[in-house]
Amino acid sequence: MENLNLPLLESVEPDYINEMTARREPIEKAKAMTGAVAATTIISFGALAATAYGQDKKLPGKIVDVLNFALTLEYLEDEFYRTALGSGGLIPQDTQDVFGQISKHETAHVALLRSVLGSKAVAKPNFDFTAGGAFADVFRNYQTFLAVSQAFEDTGVRAYKGQAGNLKSNDKILTVALQIHSVEARHAAMVRRLRGETPWIVGDSRGTLPAATQPVYNGDGNTTQGTVNVAALPGSSAKIASQAFDEPLTKQEVLAIAGLFIRK
Amino acid sequence: MTKIFKSDDEENNLEINIEKLSSRRTFLKFSSAAALTAVAFGALNPESLSAKTAFLGLPIDDDKSGVVDVGKGDIGVLNFVYANEQLEAAFYTQVIATPYSAMNSAERAILTDIRDNEVAHREFFRAQLGKKAIPNLQVNFTSVNFNSRESVLQTAMMFEDNGTAALNGGGQLLKNPLFLLIAGKLVSVEARHAATLRDLLRPMSAFFSGDDITDPATGLDPARTPAQALAVIKPYVVTPVSIARLPQPKA
Repeated sequence: MENLNLPLLESVEPDYINEMTARREPIEKAKAMTGAVAATTIISFGALAATAYGQDKKLPGKIVDVLNFALTLEYLEDEFYRTALGSGGLIPQDTQDVFGQISKHETAHVALLRSVLGSKAVAKPNFDFTAGGAFADVFRNYQTFLAVSQAFEDTGVRAYKGQAGNLKSNDKILTVALQIHSVEARHAAMVRRLRGETPWIVGDSRGTLPAATQPVYNGDGNTTQGTVNVAALPGSSAKIASQAFDEPLTKQEVLAIAGLFIRK
Repeated sequence: MTKIFKSDDEENNLEINIEKLSSRRTFLKFSSAAALTAVAFGALNPESLSAKTAFLGLPIDDDKSGVVDVGKGDIGVLNFVYANEQLEAAFYTQVIATPYSAMNSAERAILTDIRDNEVAHREFFRAQLGKKAIPNLQVNFTSVNFNSRESVLQTAMMFEDNGTAALNGGGQLLKNPLFLLIAGKLVSVEARHAATLRDLLRPMSAFFSGDDITDPATGLDPARTPAQALAVIKPYVVTPVSIARLPQPKA
């Protein structure tokens, strides 16, 4: 177990942010994180870590596991969008702002989780965004890119939701996880709209996504919450009851999905 | 003095609720048609439209001049969320009952879905909380111009951003992991609503998760305390709501 009292500012964050900034700059040009923004970011991470997480406390192994699980998903999303934004001609001009914003958030999530984990942070895996060829043109075909993006975002929402209970022992980290979770949901809704889908998940339908993505949606058709059959309530239906509540995925279910994109 | 409503918090756990739910569910089952009728007539009643105020859902069985105390512990937090859901459900019910003239079919479909989701959230809490549920709150939307697309969508966005932030901040206040999970199931749907409304206001831009709401340095949405979240919706809620006995956030 590692103490959180790490020299955070000298650890991984500046390098990581600088690296990401350097990669982003040729892509986003004026929209790139400026040095000033990056500096602010580092300071605020330092402040967060120092004041919010309590540097005198050790992070329990259970929380480290959850945060590293989340970090792995954020690595996946971060590299995915940076690669896409750097693939000339892939993302049309009219959605550059949308994906620039999403990419910015994923980079920030990676940096934030790494700052909390310090030396406990897992290394970034090697990704294969074609999933062994299933999405061979993911960075050449905008529709394929959108499909994988939707699958990642909807998975991310369900993944964070499934881990909330495991963070209950630390109010601050639980709250930060929830604050990331709702941003992933914003991303998911937006990408779904770009694909012409409803912004919310109806039943356990993957819509027009390929069959390989069905595990992302399995179980989302649940209509019972607590002890209430929501579908039977006034004004409700099975469709409404399912779309009004997002369902969690277990860590295993998420890793089975994400694992398709991780080189062994 | 006014009668003060307090939710019963002697038995702040789900098992007790389950017992009480069976009778509540029977009641809902038999009264659902009547309740729907009441909602529909409430929405269509020209008098209530001109006043732009409406009682929500089932008839109020409590002293409506009284302060509504959401209670304490998990039940208090859930009742506070229920208050938010009552407000949102009433708002979208009005939006669909008196659509702004520029509402096209795509926007109507979106706003109808959001109404349905919020009504489902409200009815879920009413059923799950059973006897511990706060009564129906009276709302006041006189500041909203339901004929104006901008007024409606801006108000909706504000409710959804606030609902998301309230659930983000409220998670840590819940003791029962099952309730935390349910809050998690709700909050991402509220965030999906928020992003969608933002995209209707400023299409195909960064606004769906804009720097005005999602901190660009951390990539985090806001987390609001119940007091902060209540302050945002207070102008729209006529019934005085007390959150004095809610657990205090530590983070």
